[in-house]
Amino acid sequence: MNTTEPKLVCRGVWKLFGPNAAETLRRLGPEADPAALVAARLVPAVRNIDLAVREGEIFVIMGLSGSGKSTLVRCLSRLIEPTAGEILFHGRNLLTASDAEMIALRRHKMGMVFQHFALLPHMTVLQNVAFPLEVQGMPRTEREERAARMVSLVGLSGREGAFPRQLSGGQQQRVGIARSLAADPELWFLDEPFSALDPLIRREMQDEFIRLQSVLKKTIVFITHDFDEAIRLADRIAIMKDGAVVQAGTPEDLVLNPATDYVREFTRAVARAKVAKAGSVMSPADGVAERPHVATRTSVAEAAPLFRAGTEAVAVTGADGRVVGQLDRATVVDLMLGG
Amino acid sequence: MWIAATLVFAALWLWGGEVLPWAFEVPRAWRPPFAAWISGVLDWLTKEAHFGLFTFRDLTRFISAVIDVPYQIALGLLSGGATVFGVPVPPVGWLGVTLLVALLGFVLSGLPLAALAGGAFFFIAIFGQWTSAMLTLASILVAVPLGVGGGLLLGIAGHRWTGFGRAIVPFLDLMQTIPIFAYLVPILILFGFGPTSAMIATLIYAMPPMTRITMLALQRVPDEIVDLGRMIGCTPRQMTWRVMVPSAQEALMVGVNQVIMLSLNMVIIASMIGAGGLGFDVLSALRRLDFGAGLEAGFAIVALAIALDRLSQAAARRRPAAPVSNEGIVGRHPFLLSALTVLILATLAGLAVPAVQTYPETGRLSTGTFWSEVVEYININYFDEIEAAKNAVLLNVLIPVKRFLISLPWLGVAGLLTLAGWRLGGPRLALLAGGLTVLVASTGLWEEAMTTVYLCGIAVLIAMLIGLPIGILVAERDRLWASVRVIIDTLQTLPAFVYLMPAVMLFRVGDFTAMIAIVAFALAPAIRYTVLGLRGVDPALIEAGKAMGCTPWQIVTRIRLRLAMPEILLGLNQTIMFALSMLVITALVGTRDLGQEVYIALTKADAGRGLVAGLCVAFIAIIADRLIHAAASRSRAQLGLSDGGGHDAA
Ligand SMILES: Nc1ncnc2c1ncn2[C@@H]1O[C@H](COP(=O)(O)OP(=O)(O)OP(=O)(O)O)[C@@H](O)[C@H]1O
Ligand SMILES: [Mg+2]
Repeated sequence: MNTTEPKLVCRGVWKLFGPNAAETLRRLGPEADPAALVAARLVPAVRNIDLAVREGEIFVIMGLSGSGKSTLVRCLSRLIEPTAGEILFHGRNLLTASDAEMIALRRHKMGMVFQHFALLPHMTVLQNVAFPLEVQGMPRTEREERAARMVSLVGLSGREGAFPRQLSGGQQQRVGIARSLAADPELWFLDEPFSALDPLIRREMQDEFIRLQSVLKKTIVFITHDFDEAIRLADRIAIMKDGAVVQAGTPEDLVLNPATDYVREFTRAVARAKVAKAGSVMSPADGVAERPHVATRTSVAEAAPLFRAGTEAVAVTGADGRVVGQLDRATVVDLMLGG
Repeated sequence: MWIAATLVFAALWLWGGEVLPWAFEVPRAWRPPFAAWISGVLDWLTKEAHFGLFTFRDLTRFISAVIDVPYQIALGLLSGGATVFGVPVPPVGWLGVTLLVALLGFVLSGLPLAALAGGAFFFIAIFGQWTSAMLTLASILVAVPLGVGGGLLLGIAGHRWTGFGRAIVPFLDLMQTIPIFAYLVPILILFGFGPTSAMIATLIYAMPPMTRITMLALQRVPDEIVDLGRMIGCTPRQMTWRVMVPSAQEALMVGVNQVIMLSLNMVIIASMIGAGGLGFDVLSALRRLDFGAGLEAGFAIVALAIALDRLSQAAARRRPAAPVSNEGIVGRHPFLLSALTVLILATLAGLAVPAVQTYPETGRLSTGTFWSEVVEYININYFDEIEAAKNAVLLNVLIPVKRFLISLPWLGVAGLLTLAGWRLGGPRLALLAGGLTVLVASTGLWEEAMTTVYLCGIAVLIAMLIGLPIGILVAERDRLWASVRVIIDTLQTLPAFVYLMPAVMLFRVGDFTAMIAIVAFALAPAIRYTVLGLRGVDPALIEAGKAMGCTPWQIVTRIRLRLAMPEILLGLNQTIMFALSMLVITALVGTRDLGQEVYIALTKADAGRGLVAGLCVAFIAIIADRLIHAAASRSRAQLGLSDGGGHDAA
C-alpha cells in the first residue's frame, strides 16, 4: 500500500478529565490501570495512543459511543490539551507550539467537519464557507470567489444565498465540508460527519466523499461509530475501546485477522469476501498458464464471477503484470459462503 | 425533629419574653451601625475622595454631563427641540415619531405590528400625554443602549474569565433583589437630582439581567461552534465578536427586551422623584385625587410598554432574510433610507406646519372626566360594600397575622429557618438562611421586616389560591391557554406602578390596598408556572392513570399536581419575588414595612438608611429563593424521572 512518510504521528497520547490529571498520571506511569485512574476521580477518555497517519490516506478511527474518538481527534488538532504524549505534524511537536503558531497552523493546514455541522446560523451558505478565509483577513471578492468554487465542488451551486436553517441535513453537511476545504488544508479531520444523517443520505454522502477525495487527495482522519462506513472509506482503521486502540490495520487485516474478540464481534457481520483481497488469500502459483487473471488488489467477491465457467483457479498478478500466485476455487467458495 | 423544634419555638415565644428579652428585640448596643457606615462612606466619597488630578465629585459631575448630551439630543429630537453645543436640534414632531415607530414595526414583523406600534403612539398623542411620554422615552433611548452595552461587556468578561464570572454572580443576585427605590438613594446623593441621575439609576438597575443573560447565552453556544472557531484559527477577539456573540444573538435579544422593560419600569419610578415624565404625572394626579388624569397617564404608560415590548420581541425573533440585492446603498438598506426620509420630511413639515410638530390642542380627546366620574360613581354607590369588605379582611386576617408575626422572637425564627435550610439543602443553606436572618435582626428593623413578610406572605398566599385553580383549569384547554397567555404576557410587561392605581382609587391607602396591588401583580407568574408544570407532565403517565381507573379528580390531585410540583414551587418562588418587588412600590400608599423605610430614606436622601432597609428586603428574597429552590430540586429528585407515575398512581 502507501509507504510514504507519516504526516501526523501521535505518540503515547493520554487525555484524562478531572483534577490533577497530569500529576496522577505521572505517579501511576504509562501503564496506568483504568481502575486506578477512575479511583483517582479521573475519566480516562484517551489512553496511551500511538498512531501514524500517512500522506494521502484515509485513516478511520472507529469505536462505540464514549470510546474516546472525539477526544482523540480533538487532541490531534489540540482543541483539547492532551494530558501526556506528543503529536508530531511533519515531525514538529504540536504540543510545544505557541498560540500564534497554532492559529497559523489551523488557519492554513487543518480543516474540520463536525457531527452537527456547526454552521453559523446568521450567515448565508456563501458567508459560512467564506468565513475561515474572512478570519484570515482575505479581501471580500477573493474569498467569495473561492467560497463559490467550494460550494459548487460539493454540488450546492445556486444555494449560496440560503441560510443554514433552510437546508436539509445532508445539504448542511455539504456546506460544512465546503467550509472545511475553503482554506485548502493538508490535514482534514471529520468527526462523525454523516452520523446525524438518514441512512440513504449517509450512503450518498459517502459516495460524494469518495469522489471528493479522489480529486483532492487530502490526508484524512475520519471518525465514525459505523463499521460499514469505516470499511467503505478507510485505507486503514483503528478500532477504539474505552479510550485505547485495540487494533489498527487495513480493513482486510481486521476482518481476516481480528486481534481480539471485540474486533471479531464487529467484523462478524461483514461479508469477508468483499474485504479480502486476492493478494492476501492466494496460494503459490502452480504454473498452469492460460487462466483468467486478477490483480492482487481485487476483492474475492469481485473475482468470484470468473469461476462461473468451472475454472478451478485464477491467476493473481502483481502491479507489474507478473503472476504472483493463484486464487483457488475452494478458498473463494469458503469465503463467499462463510459470510 | 420538626415537632421538637416547633415546641421549643412555641416555648420561647410564650414564655421567653421575660427570660430572654434580647431574643425578641436585638438590644441597641448589639446593633452594628451599618447605616452610619454606609452614609460615612458616601460622605467621604462626595466630600473627600480624590484621585490626584480630580475629585470623586468631579468624576460624577463629568459622568452626568457626558450622559446628559445624548439625553438632550434624544429629548430634543422627540419633542421640544434643544440646543446642544450651540447647535439647535429641531424636533421630529409627533407625526414623524409615530410614523417612524410604525415603520420600525413594519420592518420587524409586518403590518399588524406597524399598526399596533403606530396606534399606541397615536393614542399617546391624542390623549395629550405626548410631552411626558417623550420625556420617558428619551431616558429609555439613552439608558437602554448603555445598559445593553455595559451588560454585554460584563457578561463577556464573566464568560471569558471564569474567576471574574464567579465573583460577580453574587452581586448580580443581590442587585436583582434589592428593591428599586434603594438604587435611587445613593445615586441621588452622588449625581444629584434630575433626569440624568434617574437615567444612571436605570442603567445600573437594568444591567445585571443583561449581564446574566449574556453569560448564560455564551455558555449555551454549542461546543462544536466553539471548536469551529478555534479550528479556523480565530484570535480571541474574533472568537468573541465573530463567533460567540452572533451565535448567541437570539438569546441576547431576549436580554435586550428585558433591559427595555426594566428600564421603563425604573424610569417610571425615577420620574416620580423629580425627573418628570409619565410616572410623575400619575403620582401627582393621585396626590390631587384626580383619578381621571392619573388613569390617562397610566394608559399612556401601558401603551408605551406594549409598543416597546412588542417591537423588541419582534426584533428578537427576526431572522435575517436572504440578501435581496447588492445594488448600492439604496438596494441594501431600503428601510434605513425610508426612515431617514420620514425623519427629514417630518422635521421640515413640522417647521412649516405646527400641527405636525405638536399635536393640535383641538384634536385632543380627554376621557379624564369620564374616568373620574366612573371612579366617583363606584366610590359613592358602593362605598359601604367596599369599605365593609376591606374592614372585614383587615380585622379578621391582616391585623391578626401582622400582630402574630411581629410578636415572634427573631432568635426563634432564625432557628427555624436554619433548621429548614439544614433539612432542605445541608449545612451551607442552613448557615445562609440563619445568618441572613440574624443579619436582618441585627439592623434593628425586625418589626419592619416582619411586616414585609406578613404583607408579602398573605399576598402570595392569595395569589397562589387564585392562580392554582385558574392554572389547573386552563392547562388542559389549548385554545384557552393561548389567549390567557397573551393576557399574562401583556400584564407582565406593565410597569409595577400601573397596578397600584386602580387599587388606590377604590380602596384609598393602607395595607389592604397594598395587598390587592401585590396580588394583582404577582398573579401572572402563579398562573404561568402552574400551567407550564401541568402541561409538562408526561401524557403516558396520565393515560396509565386512566387505565388504572382513576377518576378525573384523582388524576389531577394524585398525578398531575404531584408531578408538576417542582414547577409549581418555582412558580411560588417567582410569585414571592414579584410580590417583594411590588411591595416596595406600595410604600407610596403608606404601608409600614421595609419598603416604607427605603422610601423615607429616599425622601430624606439618607443613603445608609435606605441601603440597609433595601438590603434587608434583598436578604428576605434570597432566603425565600434559596429555600424554595432547594425544596424544588428535592421534590424533583424524589419524583425521579421514570418511576414517578408508578408510585404516584398507586
Ligand atoms: N469535558 C469532559 N469532561 C469530562 N469527561 C469527558 C469530557 N469530554 C468527554 N468526556 C468523557 O470522555 C469519554 C470519551 O468521550 P468522547 O466524546 O471522546 O467519546 P466519543 O467516542 O466521541 O463518543 P460519541 O460517539 O458519543 O461522540 C466519555 O466517557 C466522556 O464522558
Ligand atoms: Mg464524539
